[in-house]
Amino acid sequence: MAEVALTSHGDVLPGGTKGVVADFSSDKQAFQVPWGKAMMWIFLLSDTFIFSCFLVSYMTVRMSAADPWPFASEVFALSFGGDPIPLVLIAIMTFVLITSSGTMAMAVNMGYRKDRVKTFWLMVATAALGATFVSMQAFEWTKLIVDEGVRPWGNPMGAEQFGSSFFMITGFHGMHVSAGVIYLLVVAFRVRSGFYERRGGNYEIVEIAGLYWHFVDLVWVFIFAFFYLW
Amino acid sequence: MAHQEGQQHPLSIYFWIWGLLFVVSFFSYMVDYLNLQGALRWTLIIVFMLVKAGFIVAIFMHMRWERLALKLAILMPPIAIVVLIALMSLEGDYTFLTRIEFFGESDFVPPSPHH
Repeated sequence: MAEVALTSHGDVLPGGTKGVVADFSSDKQAFQVPWGKAMMWIFLLSDTFIFSCFLVSYMTVRMSAADPWPFASEVFALSFGGDPIPLVLIAIMTFVLITSSGTMAMAVNMGYRKDRVKTFWLMVATAALGATFVSMQAFEWTKLIVDEGVRPWGNPMGAEQFGSSFFMITGFHGMHVSAGVIYLLVVAFRVRSGFYERRGGNYEIVEIAGLYWHFVDLVWVFIFAFFYLW
Repeated sequence: MAHQEGQQHPLSIYFWIWGLLFVVSFFSYMVDYLNLQGALRWTLIIVFMLVKAGFIVAIFMHMRWERLALKLAILMPPIAIVVLIALMSLEGDYTFLTRIEFFGESDFVPPSPHH
């Protein structure tokens, strides 16, 4: 007769694939938060490392570039009829993203108050601001590619590595914003339809979606500082 | 904080932080607009960046009200990035000096701005 595995409490553990599931899910709970929130934090931690790798490699190529680095203040300047205003579009994008972070924080708060209508509209507003941000980024990319002739392998303003760093960092961030807009809309419509009401009225998911959204804003803070201002 | 009921805080704290983020963002934009250069520019950029990041993580992401175990699990690992930055800046300097040594100084002249 095969040996039977027992837990420390003397309970019989299942074998085979059921045993795998039982073993992997048998850990003691370490974090006193819902599992979804702990998992989102761990995902965001891994995402932190991805963005850090991008920003650190940007630092390395910028330090090692023999040609002068293009002057971001001028490259991203925009003129409304008069003199070009430095970085103006980037400043507007920053304010749009901060505003969306504020509406998201409100949505989380309303979610815990189980105010479904307000939560829905605040999340839709957040998603709309996110979509505005991505549209402005699309405009910025178009201007840079078509008007300024910036390519991943070179540009007329200076060091070749400028283009690849720019497209990689802002592209990956823009992808996060786009994914966030979809994520927020899915959760928002589920809030409105009463999906979470049927699952015990738990609106923790709004906070989890909020964590992701604030992280996207957080990454932009670093990109703004290191890529645009430095 | 009662964690069973989730993170519930008065709305006023969010409005305060929201406003402060606007103000600090405005300051960091001013660093560029006023064309500050050198050590002052870099110091201000880093300070404003860290202040904004701190507000977002502590208040908007509710890290301030979480238990220490979660704080440490999430906030300690990024310290490793500091090591990466140190290593890669050494590497960047070395690559730059090697390029200058073998290819000479750059003779790139940027064209005058066309806008």
